[in-house]
Amino acid sequence: MSTATAAPKGAAAAAATKTARRTNRSTNVMRGGNPWIYFIALIVVAFSLGPVLYGVISGFRTNGDLIRNPSGLPDPWVLKNYSGILSDSNFWRYTLNSTVIALITTALVVICGVMAAYPLARYKFKGREGIYTIFVAGLLFPATVGVIPLFILIRDLNLSNTWWGIALPQAAYALPLTVVILRPFLQAIPNELEEASQLDGASRLGFFWRILLPLSGPGLVTVGVLAFVGSWNAYLLPLLLLLGDNKTLPLGVADFSAEHSTDIAGVFAFTSLAMIPALIFFLAMQKRIVSGLQGAVKG
Amino acid sequence: MIDVADEATAQMGAPASPATSNPTVPVAGRASARPATGRSAGRRGSGPFRKGLEITLFVAPALALLGLFVVVPIARAVQISFFKWKGYGDFERFVGLDNYRRVLENPEFIEAFQHNMIIVVASIAIQLPLGLAIALLLNRKMRGQGILRTIIFVPYVLSEVIAGVIWYQMFVPNEGIIDTVLSSVGLSGPKQGFTGSLEWALPAVIAVLTWKYLGMAIILFLAGLQGVPEELYEAAQLDGASWWQIQRRVTIPMLGPTLRTWAFLSMIGSLQLFDMVWVLTGGGPANATSTMATFLVQQGTQRSNYGIASAASVILFIVALVMALLYQRFIMNRDNTATVVRRKKVSR
Repeated sequence: MSTATAAPKGAAAAAATKTARRTNRSTNVMRGGNPWIYFIALIVVAFSLGPVLYGVISGFRTNGDLIRNPSGLPDPWVLKNYSGILSDSNFWRYTLNSTVIALITTALVVICGVMAAYPLARYKFKGREGIYTIFVAGLLFPATVGVIPLFILIRDLNLSNTWWGIALPQAAYALPLTVVILRPFLQAIPNELEEASQLDGASRLGFFWRILLPLSGPGLVTVGVLAFVGSWNAYLLPLLLLLGDNKTLPLGVADFSAEHSTDIAGVFAFTSLAMIPALIFFLAMQKRIVSGLQGAVKG
Repeated sequence: MIDVADEATAQMGAPASPATSNPTVPVAGRASARPATGRSAGRRGSGPFRKGLEITLFVAPALALLGLFVVVPIARAVQISFFKWKGYGDFERFVGLDNYRRVLENPEFIEAFQHNMIIVVASIAIQLPLGLAIALLLNRKMRGQGILRTIIFVPYVLSEVIAGVIWYQMFVPNEGIIDTVLSSVGLSGPKQGFTGSLEWALPAVIAVLTWKYLGMAIILFLAGLQGVPEELYEAAQLDGASWWQIQRRVTIPMLGPTLRTWAFLSMIGSLQLFDMVWVLTGGGPANATSTMATFLVQQGTQRSNYGIASAASVILFIVALVMALLYQRFIMNRDNTATVVRRKKVSR
């Protein structure tokens, strides 16, 4: 594995300069500790979290309390809104639909996306920029543009009101961003690694499997999480394509808030529970997403 | 895994490592690799045919998905836009460009288009300076940095439907929390509530959009700031630059590509805005918050004017395409060639 030797050398050098930078950092103007900075950070936190916390806390109120005193803390705290939603079979049905659809979408996006990005990033061939432009142009197609014909197409494919019927188009709409993010990511992998693997007799496919895929893990996680959350949060396509038992959580939230317009506390409870899974999943992955997006935006 | 990626970028960015210190080496490596593959075709099993096959197999699934579920429906939308069609039966009544004329002469569509433009400009005009200022201030070692970044990200993660439902309840006149807080300090919102008032509904939508997307801007800018080489700060400090001078002369110019890419994504998102408006106001009151997307969904699903809806969707696409091309031509093109060179020079 002489391919690996290039990396550790560079890594050691990078690590060395990194630690050097860190020690320098504590003595320069970029240092924190200024109370104003913490004050501003606090405002940003309150601004970001306020509405979310308001929703979650309001789920613990009674409806009477919500009308009398919407800005204070709940009095009394009640669990019945949340327990009511949790024992609602529709809620679990919607959650299952959202989960399965998001998983299928994510798998399709990651597999097709990295496969397409690989030649676009590392092969030289005629028409490469042309194909890449197709994906970039894809960024401009909102689902809204083709939604009526899409509805007819899905019906003709006998996929109406099924998990695949929503996952396939969603994956297609997520692919452009995936390729646009992954391409610079794959391009950034040093040519020396590819040359070294060639010297060791690996084919381009071998390079793809053994070196490129493992190295692009963070990028794949980024696009995977973006696809998952995109699917989890999607509204327009499910709104037009899914009915009854196959509805996803955003549709459920919208339906619930329309049907129970007098039970505002219940609406808040439903909304809060619906946002938890994506919130936890996304925030757990946050660091990787940022490192992946960084590559895309710089490129 | 992240560290691995860092190595990769570190190697790219730091040509001090022996392999890349000579700028001609990578070029020469590439050039010599090509004929070499030709000569040792047997060993690598390559050659142009094999390479073409690999490219085709790798790109085909993505292109097939894109073609079937994005391009074909849009082509159909273009087709439908030339017919008067109510959603059933064959296309019989070909009306040429009449649908387009009717859309472009429709005051509701013009209004919706103007709202889109206002949202495009307002999103960038509000989020760019605000996000940049916050990112610059937070770009330092401080306690709780990780959790801070996580919290900033929260609104972005929520679906627009969920955010819309929560904000809708907060905007409820009199009993909603916003009116309650306002009246406790002696102010009062509009009688119909912010989302129900003609002059306040659009600002309310923009405010909610700012809440939802500002965090994303901050996170992207912070990520971009990580890419500014530390040596630049050190050099500037040695030269006696103040914090503000460093930000203005070093950091913000180095952040250019990030800012331009963010603004591009923001623009495209604003043009396609649908979910938030649909949940928050439904495009109302009296179309005060309609967007091109809500217009075409209303025409399509509620009035079954599929021809009109399709024409509107094609116009929406053309508007987005023209704006994107202009943006790429006049703003982004600086990045594609110039910055790579500049970045390399700088890190040397």
